[in-house]
Amino acid sequence: MTAVGGLVTVLTLTALAILLAFAAPPRYRSVASGGASMGIGIAGVFTGIAGITSVPQAVLVVPIAIPGGLGIDPLLLSPTPLGGVFCVVVGAVGAIAALYGIGYAHGPAASRTGWSAFAVFLLGMLIVASAGDVVSFLLGWETMAIASTVLLLADHAERPAVRTAAVWYAVMTHLSFLSLATGFALVASKAHSTTFTQISAAQITGPTGIAAFLLLLIGFATKAGLVPLHVWLPRAHPEAPSHVSAVMSAAMVKLGVYGIILLVGSWLPQVARPFAILVLALGVLSGAYGILQASITSDLKRLLAYSTTENVGLAVTAVGVGMLLSNAGQDAVATIALVAALLLVVSHAAFKTVLFLGAGTILHATGERDLDRLGGLIRSHPVTTWTFGIAAMGAAALPVTSGFAAEWTLLQALVHGDGRANTTLALALPVTLGLMALTIGLGLLTFVKAFGMAFLARPRSEAAATPAPEFTSKPGSAAMGVAQAIGALSVLALGLAVGPLATAFSSVLGYSGIITSELGGLRLVTIGVLDPYALGLVAVGLAVPVALLVLVLRRRVPRRETDLAWGCGGVRTSPRMEYTATSYAEPLVRVFGEALRPTRSLEVSHHAEDHVLEHRVAFAQEVSDIVEDRWYAPAAVWLRVAGDQARRVQNGSIHRYLAFSFAALVLVLVVVTLP
Amino acid sequence: MNPFRLLKLIARTGRIAEPAPAAPVADTEHPIPKALRGSVQVRHVDTGSCNGCEIEIGAAFGGVYDVERYGARLVASPRHADVLAVTGVVTHNMVEPLLRTVEATPRPRLVVAIGDCAHDCGLFAGAYGVAGPVSDFVDVDLEVPGCPPRPEAIVEALRRVTGR
Amino acid sequence: MIATLLVVLQVVVATAITPLLIGVMRQVRARLEGRIGSGVLQPYRDVRKLLAKEPLRAEGSSIILVAAPLVLLVSSLLVVALVPLVTTANIPAVPNDLFVVVSILLIGTVALALLGLDAGTAFGGMGSSRHMMIAALVEPTVLMSVYALSIPVGSSTLSKIVVARGADVTRVVTPAGLLAVVALVVVVLAETGRLPVDNPSTHLELTMIHESMILESAGRDLAWLEVGSWLRLTALLGLVVNLALPWGLADSMQPLALLVAVVTLGVKLLVAGGVIAAAEVFMAKVRLFKVPELLAGSFVLAFLAVTASYLAG
Repeated sequence: MTAVGGLVTVLTLTALAILLAFAAPPRYRSVASGGASMGIGIAGVFTGIAGITSVPQAVLVVPIAIPGGLGIDPLLLSPTPLGGVFCVVVGAVGAIAALYGIGYAHGPAASRTGWSAFAVFLLGMLIVASAGDVVSFLLGWETMAIASTVLLLADHAERPAVRTAAVWYAVMTHLSFLSLATGFALVASKAHSTTFTQISAAQITGPTGIAAFLLLLIGFATKAGLVPLHVWLPRAHPEAPSHVSAVMSAAMVKLGVYGIILLVGSWLPQVARPFAILVLALGVLSGAYGILQASITSDLKRLLAYSTTENVGLAVTAVGVGMLLSNAGQDAVATIALVAALLLVVSHAAFKTVLFLGAGTILHATGERDLDRLGGLIRSHPVTTWTFGIAAMGAAALPVTSGFAAEWTLLQALVHGDGRANTTLALALPVTLGLMALTIGLGLLTFVKAFGMAFLARPRSEAAATPAPEFTSKPGSAAMGVAQAIGALSVLALGLAVGPLATAFSSVLGYSGIITSELGGLRLVTIGVLDPYALGLVAVGLAVPVALLVLVLRRRVPRRETDLAWGCGGVRTSPRMEYTATSYAEPLVRVFGEALRPTRSLEVSHHAEDHVLEHRVAFAQEVSDIVEDRWYAPAAVWLRVAGDQARRVQNGSIHRYLAFSFAALVLVLVVVTLP
Repeated sequence: MNPFRLLKLIARTGRIAEPAPAAPVADTEHPIPKALRGSVQVRHVDTGSCNGCEIEIGAAFGGVYDVERYGARLVASPRHADVLAVTGVVTHNMVEPLLRTVEATPRPRLVVAIGDCAHDCGLFAGAYGVAGPVSDFVDVDLEVPGCPPRPEAIVEALRRVTGR
Repeated sequence: MIATLLVVLQVVVATAITPLLIGVMRQVRARLEGRIGSGVLQPYRDVRKLLAKEPLRAEGSSIILVAAPLVLLVSSLLVVALVPLVTTANIPAVPNDLFVVVSILLIGTVALALLGLDAGTAFGGMGSSRHMMIAALVEPTVLMSVYALSIPVGSSTLSKIVVARGADVTRVVTPAGLLAVVALVVVVLAETGRLPVDNPSTHLELTMIHESMILESAGRDLAWLEVGSWLRLTALLGLVVNLALPWGLADSMQPLALLVAVVTLGVKLLVAGGVIAAAEVFMAKVRLFKVPELLAGSFVLAFLAVTASYLAG
């Protein structure tokens, strides 16, 4: 299938999905429209593969006619190899989420608007990933933003948390759009063209270039969810329906990373060189802060949202490291870092999809998102347990998942950068390594907590004790399980196929010979080898004698069933005595108290008769996002004050309004006649 | 205490463990499971003792009598234990926990009743809080009489189990 | 082929010698405390006894109770196979890259943590939480100190680092090397649950980190857990002593070289273990919330080691 064919299929299927959403009877709406959305995703994957493999780039021009004669440029869709990678990511995530949504979507998410918006969402993302010029890119970007805002409001729009989340999301995504549009306008005016090929060829430098770079960086960093522009992520991703959260986290934020890679690699490479440390700092900070917040929260979806910030931070760290290393002339290692960025993107897409879908199943079964109230789901939900477990292993970067391979590659790039002659590298690489190691460690804790609290031990609340069964007789219920299973298998498959994957990425980025693949394993030439098969074989080889011993012993000394866990002999070991997610993370809150600034309140009330005796003690601890508290809250207050002051200008006096119009006209005339 | 002072103290004190007495004669009427030879983990259960026996057990596991040299060790969880060392009468509140503790111990396991109270309620026989001696509730494999028993007696009982 | 045989020999030797290491450590501690102690062969007797005891399974526990001890054991065996203890050879296509070794250690860590959570008791959760927190805070020091040692060598493969250090004495006695080794010693104490981070022989559940996660395991489950933890100690301690004193390792199948390698490993391990045990007599466990300060201090040492490596190279 060619890229053009794939794109045409995508457009056609989107139209079909919208049609089916409106025309199909409500009983079959999810299956029909969801199936078509799945088709959009699969077509996106094929488009991406075609984009990666086809040498002369295909170009598709889609004319857009708006009634009334207002013409805008036709859509120019021309997937580059790099864009093709992101098309594959978006398409695969979209297809799996659509499959899951067939069984999961209910209420407003399964309405005509819901499914239409889902299809349009996928379309918008695929347009962004395959766009060949500025207008198409921005059009796709805005489509993506609007569709996702609509979907965000699909579930429980009456709840204040959901409405607040939608407002934060809409405001920040449109501020980012504004930033991008201004940046692109500067770039396009300098290059006298809006197509990306011409912009890259123009090699823009100078103060306009720097301004454009910073604007574009801010725009993409907001979408990607990098600290300090991340505050919408932990609000918006938890409130959306789970299949939409999966697409937002696993696919949409990646397009921010895509933008950053294009920005530093293709559009403004000369301008970007001195900003390598800035990019690296953004990435490292996001990684560390994101995982710290994830590790202490007990809301499962908020945990996953902050984990997205962390992973995007790691990907941008890889980009920053690549930039630093290529500034220092160490091109081979820089390539490895950039390939690591793509590997991180792909592996995160795989495991984050499965994690969010698993969270959706948990929510569907128990109505609970709070880890403090979950537990014991391993018995009633085996499929979800296994898939969530495998994805959590990927998120924690344990062998042999794709997350491990990606982080291994980045760590190799960090360790083999030569800082002996270069002070910047000598300082930046160890600091990055240290913070990355802390991120990895905290990531382990976070996902042990998430998996252990949700699935192991005993249920901590009534809702978790009586979950809805995993598979019902409804036709869509199997779809949920199948989608999760496909996702989990892909997490493992990507880990086992790391060699071919990395080789493909290095040729996508335009380099060759530095990375080769041997029998599925990954060889970084002159640096090292990562062969998951050989490692697996050795592990199996060591496990065989152990297994034989176990088999012999099982027969000689069989296992006895007892009725209670030990817990010191009393019958009083109720589920309330188990460790909760909050208690699990409490040492971390103490250790990182300066970075988290928890607010604690302690109220002690005494007996009326005797002020020495305590009657009631109430303790509350809350950790909120300090970036939001310290920067955004005052900014919002300031904006409101400014707005109130500005309202005084609009006092209803016609004289004042006429004066404004006159002043504006004079100003425009002056500006236009300026040389 | 600073390390140098401690080092001098160690050097000056030398060995505090007393030499081992003669090994106890094996009791052929109540054979000990062969699996427990040489290594015995002991979990102490106090079902209502006055703590006199506990002090003697502490002395037995301490430096002077050093029952650890014969392979016995104290553990925190009955799941890790081979021998349950029960002291004291069984009070009403401790019946259930005692049964659960025994249930939680993997087989082969032994129950050693230490002290006169564990054997026949000793001084406290007939008191209102007492439910009975240990043998009323669980099978007792070894008894160590005395009120309280000397540490040497406790050591000898454990040596019967480890065979060292 | 030869490399694979050497690695198999390494696993066999290390597994055989591990209970002896634990026995020597306990015996040193006992003698310093004025006791006689149970003998250096006691851990072998303990394991043999545990294999003969019945394992238990409580209602409400899951397959984790059965699987986690095995995962810990196999991951520990894998680490022993990879780390340069007896030999610097490694199985083709499986180089003992630092990050791979650390990740496999982390698999064992995660298995233990999940076991603690599966118990569904307060003690298990407490131990699991503390254990994971310490593992997270130790990560930076581990990676940073081996990074410091890898800078002069230009590779993060542990075998190559040991070989390079062994070939050139001036590389061993450097400030960077010394700082890195000291930082690694702190790492070993933290990862393997020794004083001052964790007391391996405590009975007070509120002071337990490692022990509380295994309170629910019995019989052969407990045997796998104990042997798995001991093997981690052997591997990590062996790695540190071979980085500090990188001589004597075999790289061929010559009987003399093998004998020398086994004997030197034995001597290095047992002496290092004895020194740690002796130090434990003089130390008390630090408060849990002082442990991050200790680990941060070791991180600073490792960072200084990296800077020193760059300056010296």
